[in-house]
Amino acid sequence: MTALPERTDRKLGLVIDLDTCVGCHACVISCKGWNTENYGAPLSDQDPYGGAPSGTFLNRVHSYEVQPPEGAAQLVHFPKSCLHCEDAPCVTVCPTGASYKRVEDGIVLVNESDCIGCGLCAWACPYGARELDAAEGVMKKCTLCVDRIYNENLPEVDRTPACVRTCPAGARHFGDLSDPASDVSRLVSERGGVDLMPEQGTKPVNKYLPPRPRDRLARDAAEPTTGEIDVLAPFLEPVAETPQGFIGWLDRALEKL
Amino acid sequence: MHPAPSVIVFTSFSGLGFGLLFWLGIGLPAVTGWTAFAFFTIAYLFAVGGLVSSTFHLGHPERALKAFTQWRTSWLSREGWAAVASLIVMAAYGAGLVFVQSRWPVLGYVGAALCLLTVFTTSMIYAQMKTIPRWNSVLTPLNYLSISLGGGALLAGQITWAIWLLLAAGVLQIAAWLRGDRALTDSGTDLASATRLGTIGKVRAFEPPHTGTNYLLKEFVHVVGRKHALKLRVIAITLMSALPVLLLLLPFTHIAAAAAVVSHLAGVLTARWLFFAEAEHVVGLYYGAHAGKAA
Repeated sequence: MTALPERTDRKLGLVIDLDTCVGCHACVISCKGWNTENYGAPLSDQDPYGGAPSGTFLNRVHSYEVQPPEGAAQLVHFPKSCLHCEDAPCVTVCPTGASYKRVEDGIVLVNESDCIGCGLCAWACPYGARELDAAEGVMKKCTLCVDRIYNENLPEVDRTPACVRTCPAGARHFGDLSDPASDVSRLVSERGGVDLMPEQGTKPVNKYLPPRPRDRLARDAAEPTTGEIDVLAPFLEPVAETPQGFIGWLDRALEKL
Repeated sequence: MHPAPSVIVFTSFSGLGFGLLFWLGIGLPAVTGWTAFAFFTIAYLFAVGGLVSSTFHLGHPERALKAFTQWRTSWLSREGWAAVASLIVMAAYGAGLVFVQSRWPVLGYVGAALCLLTVFTTSMIYAQMKTIPRWNSVLTPLNYLSISLGGGALLAGQITWAIWLLLAAGVLQIAAWLRGDRALTDSGTDLASATRLGTIGKVRAFEPPHTGTNYLLKEFVHVVGRKHALKLRVIAITLMSALPVLLLLLPFTHIAAAAAVVSHLAGVLTARWLFFAEAEHVVGLYYGAHAGKAA
């Protein structure tokens, strides 16, 4: 049934650090690479080398400009994939039971052999986490790499979602958000992790860590009285204001011409 | 939202078909024999034709029967059951009228109730969508039910009922438009809540995740044609309600009645096109859409 479970034993999910993400899109590529050849139908592309390419992706990275009331604007790279919501509206609208939320770990999955491709679950998702594959006619979504995280054929270090494993900036964290002692839960409480569109009532499991203000270092350098010391600044001082040696001679010689 | 022709045709025609079946079910007009056969044929062509058209947009129509399994949670599944139940009950009722010239009123009333339930379940597929604030309102079922009942009365030749119900449908349609224009702003969902970056400052979509288009943009961020929305609204309300009511107020002729039906159908198709084309899905916010609407 597409009724949501009363509660799940665990809440596996991602914590995405918007302060650290550099917007390299490596998570997008590794996600597509893993998921196009593992769980379910491949993630097809249409006209991939032509004039109007498009394709199915389970993870996409937006970029936003945030302009504070004062100071420089900030550029925030914003990866977005399925948030594995506790009150997943995509699951209850499914007429066939193809969409379901797992009791054991809270992962939201699609049983592709039951999916009729009506698209209603994608309508119900406020985050754009579900995409109907144009070649297969079935709904594709993030599986939290369910075929990696429990996969005993992989070395233990690889038993995380492909996007987390590949992130060169360490901006993506995977774990059990129902356990308050887990690394991801501690990150959320220490950094003030937030839900996207909380007013939609979906109760997302994935959390986002907001970016910290970017202009602090420049201000501290300008105002050493704040107490925070830029340890590298002394080493970056100019060694000499006036040129010396050969350059100094050249400089003086050119002045005289 | 992308105004898919299959869904516009489905909601318009099946709404009219089930509307006509409702009136036949309560015995207005109390027809039997070949006259009943003609009425039921029109009703079934509209209702079943609409339902069949709705399967055209499925990725796997051959698995459509699986959609009957999840009636406990899914309005789409409930719609399937309601549609099949009303078509079966009304077929039995209609067989009585056509072949043995006898009216079984209880069967008719049950069938009529099921027909209304079918239209209601259709409207709830859309009204339940919190992601589309314009639809997420009690006005959506009222809009669908009033058009179905008004159009049904028109097809059933119930002139007095048709005049009042078409006027009501017009008023409800205008109410749905006016409420809908404020719905996204009133929902409180905007780019700031979508990204939660609003606490830092004003958020602007700087660069999309991909240079081309994708399923989300094609399905949910339809903008073509919205610029003509006001003109289309006037056309829709004129053809759907005003013109048919005027034609019905004239002395009855079959040509005027046929013109009223054609005009109403064209109006409903226009209104349904707008229903989809004007609907703003909140996922568009991530792509910087609806910026003019978000406060």
